[in-house]
Amino acid sequence: MTFIRKLGALSLMGLRRTGRMGLFLAKTFFFTVTPPLKFSQLLKQIRFIGFQSALVIFMTGAFTGMVLGLQGFYTLNRFGSAALLGPMVSLSLIKELGPVLSALMVTGRAGSAITAEIGIMRITEQIEAIELMGLNPFRYLVVPKFLAGILALPLLTAIFDVVGIFGGYLVGVKLLGIGEGTYFGEMANYVRVQDVAEGIYKSLSFGVLITWVCCYKGYYVGFGAEGVSKATTQAVVLSSVLILFWDYVLTSALF
Amino acid sequence: MIKIENLYKSFEDLNVLKDVSLQVERGEILALIGGSGHGKTVILKHVAGLMKPDRGHVYINGKDVFRLRRDELEQLRSQLGFLFQSGALFSSITVFDNVAFPLREKTHFSEQEIREKVLTALEQVGLGGAEDKYPAQISGGMLKRTALARSLVRHPEIMLFDEPTTGLDPVIAHTILDLIKSIHQDLGFTGMIVSHELSRVFQIVQKVAMLHDGVILFVGTPEEIMASRDPIVRQFITEALSIPSSAMKNFSQEEKLNQKG
Repeated sequence: MTFIRKLGALSLMGLRRTGRMGLFLAKTFFFTVTPPLKFSQLLKQIRFIGFQSALVIFMTGAFTGMVLGLQGFYTLNRFGSAALLGPMVSLSLIKELGPVLSALMVTGRAGSAITAEIGIMRITEQIEAIELMGLNPFRYLVVPKFLAGILALPLLTAIFDVVGIFGGYLVGVKLLGIGEGTYFGEMANYVRVQDVAEGIYKSLSFGVLITWVCCYKGYYVGFGAEGVSKATTQAVVLSSVLILFWDYVLTSALF
Repeated sequence: MIKIENLYKSFEDLNVLKDVSLQVERGEILALIGGSGHGKTVILKHVAGLMKPDRGHVYINGKDVFRLRRDELEQLRSQLGFLFQSGALFSSITVFDNVAFPLREKTHFSEQEIREKVLTALEQVGLGGAEDKYPAQISGGMLKRTALARSLVRHPEIMLFDEPTTGLDPVIAHTILDLIKSIHQDLGFTGMIVSHELSRVFQIVQKVAMLHDGVILFVGTPEEIMASRDPIVRQFITEALSIPSSAMKNFSQEEKLNQKG
């Protein structure tokens, strides 16, 4: 009986938290599409989430492309299809690795900071101070981050893809001797606009997902420094798992 | 005017407020006293509309805080100042920008006018010259004074002070309370103050309410509470003022003289 009671209590708590998260997203959407927009805050967040993540995205993209070039060459060579290295690298990056790895890197770099920032503002009563000045904390804190995430993620993914394709080129063409024309020519034959669009849709939705989860976890943080540290960990873990889950859902829906 | 009517609030199984009713007249300051953890801050947060009660009402100038629409609540809050126990300053911006924040966000003053108002407010709290410092670079007393300047810069009609002197040395604590007294004389706001600095607070308030175990045990003037026969009130006042209970009657008379003088 105690077990059933505990199970019931846990289920109710899970349901309540899911509902609260859903309401948080609905409120964020509402305040995003209704004026006024804190434009200076938006620019600040685009700089933080987008521009300041560019270097880490550049590095990750370069090494991912180089590894793909190396692995792809040896695998394709076994079947005598090394000429298809360009399409293999580019399609892997554009459709899958670019959006997913960019999102995971942004979660680690910017998402954790978003949760910590909002969480610290909550425990030091700064959010209540904003409310008491007659301002809406959603408009001031959440909406700029949310919009910046939606705008920055596709752009960062594009950087990741381009740098990755160039990394594959360096290994495949310059190191392993595939023809330059073959690498890019086959790429042009196989990559469709639809593939690029698929990558953009994914990165847009990851932008929503990361900022939603990370802002939510900061907004409803627990108590003290321990609460902030727990919330930050939870935000990164939950965002990462949801990115991979949502990637599967989108891939199966888009094909 | 602030009117609290039959307020109940509980957190999970803990009943924090049990039928609290209070009234603060226009231009009056009420001191809310009582032991730590008895719900004094919870009352202030209800008055500011930051918490919703299980039951009961809070009226500010006749309007029920919990029945206002979002835009009405924002309007009401623009006439309200709140000094948080922690100061709640924005750590990423300077002292000047902290004080200027509500003016920039909620008024249409020019940057020049804002500058003048902020510098005046900082002078008023004795922080002239500290405007370019960040909250992490200033002392606890300066932090509280910055927060006081920020809460007062829009000349609110209602001020709520949540332990404005906690964590400060006695000299700075007295300075803060003297500041509140002089600003009240200038602006004439209606206020509520939670503080343990009873001797000083009794000189600046017109009314005192003692909260004990979620219930208002006593409401009256500082002189009346000093003369109270209630054993819990007497014990609290005696310990808070660190005076022998036999001296309480004399202290009450002295307070009266101080207020007249």
